Amino acid sequence: MSTTILVASLLTIIGAATPLLLAALGELVAERSGVLNLGVEGMMLAGAVTGFAATMLTGSGTVGVIAAAVAGMAMALLFGVLTLSLLSNQVATGLALTIFGVGLSALVGSGFVGSPVAPLPKLALPGLSQLPIVGPVLFGQDFLVYLSWAMTAAVAWFLTRTRPGMILRAVGESHEAAHAIGYPVIRIRYLAVLFGGLMAGLAGAFLSLSYTPMWVEDMSAGRGWIALALVVFAAWRPWRALIGAYLFGGVTIIQLHAQTSGIINVPAQVMSMLPYLATIAVLVAISAGPWRGRLNAPACLGVPFRPAT
Amino acid sequence: MLRVEPRREASPALTWATPVLAVVLTIVTGFFLFLLLGVDPLAALYAMFVSPLASVYGLSELCLKATPLILCATGLAIGFRAGVWNIGAEGQLILGAIFGGGIGLFWSPALGPLALPVMCLFGVLGGMLWAAIPAFLKTRLGVNEILTSLMLTYVAVLVLSTLVYGPWKDPQGYGFPQTQFFTDISPWTEIPLLLPETRLHWGFALTLLIVAGAWLFVTRSLVGFQVRVIGLAPDAAAFAGFSRTRIIWLTMLLSGGLAGLAGLLEVAGPIGQIVPTISPGYGFTAIIVAFLGRLHPLGLVAAGFLMALSFIGGENAQVEASLPQATTGVFQGLLLFWVLACDFLARYRIRLAQPAVGRAVP
Repeated sequence: MSTTILVASLLTIIGAATPLLLAALGELVAERSGVLNLGVEGMMLAGAVTGFAATMLTGSGTVGVIAAAVAGMAMALLFGVLTLSLLSNQVATGLALTIFGVGLSALVGSGFVGSPVAPLPKLALPGLSQLPIVGPVLFGQDFLVYLSWAMTAAVAWFLTRTRPGMILRAVGESHEAAHAIGYPVIRIRYLAVLFGGLMAGLAGAFLSLSYTPMWVEDMSAGRGWIALALVVFAAWRPWRALIGAYLFGGVTIIQLHAQTSGIINVPAQVMSMLPYLATIAVLVAISAGPWRGRLNAPACLGVPFRPAT
Repeated sequence: MLRVEPRREASPALTWATPVLAVVLTIVTGFFLFLLLGVDPLAALYAMFVSPLASVYGLSELCLKATPLILCATGLAIGFRAGVWNIGAEGQLILGAIFGGGIGLFWSPALGPLALPVMCLFGVLGGMLWAAIPAFLKTRLGVNEILTSLMLTYVAVLVLSTLVYGPWKDPQGYGFPQTQFFTDISPWTEIPLLLPETRLHWGFALTLLIVAGAWLFVTRSLVGFQVRVIGLAPDAAAFAGFSRTRIIWLTMLLSGGLAGLAGLLEVAGPIGQIVPTISPGYGFTAIIVAFLGRLHPLGLVAAGFLMALSFIGGENAQVEASLPQATTGVFQGLLLFWVLACDFLARYRIRLAQPAVGRAVP
């Protein structure tokens, strides 16, 4: 395989992995605080359409990315009010958020279908980006790709090395105990859910401003759900989420290459099933395989909390 | 200062009043949303919720669209009561259409007058097969059924597409990705119509019968009782020796089978052949139907009609008010939000803060 093809493949894998990683990191933090938000897909689409619209109207990609993050957080706030303040069922509310997000983004975005925007600029690090292979792959990306790597480290550091991070985990493990010690369980969960929305919004912005710089109805195409599966795959650990995102991104790209090169003579649809089947296989492996004991799901995941005062 | 305290039991009056309140609030929210988007709200709401009901044909279409929603929701609601989160009804519906439709395509001439019943049977089996995968993984390996049933939905869509674009494509179909019409293969595959001059078929009546059966099952049978106890008080259920594994299998197979039947009724009924898109998301909307109907068989019939209206209304709004079809999803999402929010009123009491004397707070 020549160098150009190798670089091109690696670049596409990063493109496929980045939205998964961004969304999964956000959801990971929310789940660590004990909240299961199945609305990732909806928040992602809200981010994608808002980011696209804002970029088109202002001409600035920066404004677009910020708008996408705000849109994701607005959706997450809606989820938070329902599940945390009004104690609604998290599974049902998350589904509603996805159905709502898919519909609303299509409604808002109907005027933008087919219009192009300038993709987010690549921020090439001087010198380093000239290196062969590694240069363009690692040092010639746009802001959101760098952010996804930085956030992996930041979230890992936050959860394991900082006091607020440990409090957040305590809330996810035993909200009763955390409450008894005097930590504001609901407020911490709100913040975690909002962070999840922010990251899903950024994942959406990456889709509509970088991966394919345009708006298409339902353009996240199930990535929000794969991000949810990734969190389980990663056993709620940020660095594993990064590995998982690149594995999943890789599977997607291998499938695309196999289709176009015609090496494997199977219908395109069968190859397209791979990411979903891989998700199921991974879920089976981590639930039943030798890693079973290390699953460490937050004990209060999905359980509503109301202080008994 | 307001304070919130749980009711000992959910208020029965409010339990049934809140869905109505939720519908009203959804329409009010929709009004302002349209206003915000620069769409004439009255015209849009009229196109969505009133004009589809203004003719006999419109009403028959409503019943037709409500059929798969009510079928799927009936099975899902029983699972949700037991805390089994099958959210892959859409995929199970598609598998039902493939299995039952496959019988229609290949065996119906040999089956003669038995064609339709056998197709229905295989529709149910197809849905059950797809639901058995998450059930197996959940009971044997402890894999979360939410994610597996959902991932299998995407796989089901692709299986359908493989067949319709490939081996099952009608050779005389001018290359369109669709199979032959079932009635061209055998006249016995046709579902008789309930009302002449419409598309409403006997599947609707069958659905209502199934709902009645489900109601008896949940309220009168021992297994139905176990389902409710496992959902409400898992510890008590375990203490009483109720098998959670058995209930997971039962509710998954039941919801999968009913979704499969819904899929078969779609392809054998209004569609008449297998095409790449069988359902506009009935399996997902059925989840809303189940919640809106309070997981109660009779409640979800009403909810099924309402959601069917949102589908027809969405199509109508596309034609009359040139809104995207996706408007349907906005209303469905809003409605579920409001139902869940209003639930709070039924489960909790809001009163001015004063020391609550002698009131047990669980």
